[in-house]
Amino acid sequence: MNKPYNNKAWFFILPVFLTVAFSAIVPLMTVVNYSVQDIISPEQSVFVGLEWFRAVMRDSELHSALLRQLIFSFCVLLVQIPLGIGLALSMPAQGWKSSAALVILAMPLLIPWNVVGTIWQIFGRADIGLGGYVLSRLGMDYNYASNSLDAWITVLVMDVWHWTPLVALLAFAGLRSIPDAYYQAAQIDGASRWAVFRFIQLPKMRGVLVIAVLLRFMDSFMIYTEPFVLTGGGPGNSTTFLSQYLTQKAVGQFDLGPAAAFSLIYFLIILLLSFVLYNWMQSAGNSGQTTGANHE
Amino acid sequence: MNKRKKGDKQSSWPRLLTLALYIVFTLIPLYWLLNTSLKTNEETLSVFTMWPNQPTLDNYKVIFTDASWYSGYINSIIYVAINTVLSLLVALPAAYGFSRYRFLGDKHMFFWLLTNRMTPPAVFLLPFFQLYSTVGLMDTHIAVALAHMLFNVPLAVWILEGFMSGVPREIDETAYIDGFSFPRFFMRIFLPLIKSGVGVTAFFCFMFSWVELLLARTLTSVNAKPISAIMTRTASAAGMDWGILAAAGVLTIIPGALVIWFVRNHIAKGFAMGRV
Repeated sequence: MNKPYNNKAWFFILPVFLTVAFSAIVPLMTVVNYSVQDIISPEQSVFVGLEWFRAVMRDSELHSALLRQLIFSFCVLLVQIPLGIGLALSMPAQGWKSSAALVILAMPLLIPWNVVGTIWQIFGRADIGLGGYVLSRLGMDYNYASNSLDAWITVLVMDVWHWTPLVALLAFAGLRSIPDAYYQAAQIDGASRWAVFRFIQLPKMRGVLVIAVLLRFMDSFMIYTEPFVLTGGGPGNSTTFLSQYLTQKAVGQFDLGPAAAFSLIYFLIILLLSFVLYNWMQSAGNSGQTTGANHE
Repeated sequence: MNKRKKGDKQSSWPRLLTLALYIVFTLIPLYWLLNTSLKTNEETLSVFTMWPNQPTLDNYKVIFTDASWYSGYINSIIYVAINTVLSLLVALPAAYGFSRYRFLGDKHMFFWLLTNRMTPPAVFLLPFFQLYSTVGLMDTHIAVALAHMLFNVPLAVWILEGFMSGVPREIDETAYIDGFSFPRFFMRIFLPLIKSGVGVTAFFCFMFSWVELLLARTLTSVNAKPISAIMTRTASAAGMDWGILAAAGVLTIIPGALVIWFVRNHIAKGFAMGRV
């Protein structure tokens, strides 16, 4: 990359900076402000330094919510990324079939999140929902409201249903951007389908896949509305993910100080993990490209 | 040694079967939503039927005749449209700047933008409420549109930057040599090249703004209340009104389906780079 250095480019960035900063900086400073105070009432508060941060670090319920969250996000990525790539590869390139597949795949993405929870709430119930009804007819003792494992799997399946199309759409857009010349060259070389995927399609999709992985990671790590509607975090605490635990603290118990400290730590965890994921994908992509070059 | 024709390289049977199975998986819960929306609550709760025994449009009638219901759709569409247009307007030049130049703090700026997608909303709701009350924007469409730009603009810049970086710099330089001014170059040459990127970006802005609930609910009370917030009230003390909830859910899918229908060719065509 030999982009010219020109500080006038800031004029291009300025509108974005102003609009985002308007909504970002003041609320963030307010949360930082909360996190170091004990807010007794809106008029009365005491500076407590880092006390809330220490308390949050010791909170064992938070540790288990964090562990659940990590497992959940890991499962989400493990299922949705390969499945999304697979779907993008199996989409017809053009024609009405391609359009129809795109429109249908995109539909779950366009449903408000609370409705997604409602759809699966209805669908999974053994008395009024098709999914729950079929499973219980097959002899399975399925009940997402009382069995932790069932609840977990339902939330995961719901998330796969809801979000895999995002990965598929991004991967599809990436695939369509590969010029035909690459495929023609591969054909002349007699490359196998796997080689075409590994050395042409995958590297060319890397940009959009980085977006897909990071988006899925961030959003699954902050998942709130859907499991809240579906299971309310239960049974027990089995589907109480970080965001919901945080909301219980902030809204339910109105512990603004600890909740603010918690949000900041939460934010830093997402930031750190996104950074690690991003760098890992960049280096994996680079080594992939060098093996590709060696291969040729 | 696959000697396939270019046109049918993607249409082998196992692949189509995977796609078909997944589409069925996508459609079944949606069918069930539609099914529930066409039943009365008595039928939903009393018997289990694959399709409505006495199909009724009453649930839809309620939504279309009650202003407190249909105004939710209008409100949502207004702020989503404002959000999508504003996000694209500010993100296009920014993405161009990021993809074409290095400048003081460029990497930090790009990264800072992304971090705005990583803030868990729960605790930020109260400061948001206070901020928008202070500037007198509470319960307006523009407030929700602005608040949603917080997570849409970084995404828009990010996606567009990727598409723009795929366009070789030589195109810019050739256009300048040919005597194009910057705005004319940008509108006439550059934008058509990244059409698919703009389409995908518009779709994502629309989508994330359309489905967001927490911020939209916090920043509105009556005049700009979004449909997703109105839907939460069906879970009243009298129990769930499944039929109306399902009907409202079905209706929330339609605007989005229209949007994706309009951008489908931009996604499908990909870059027009080969033709330049």
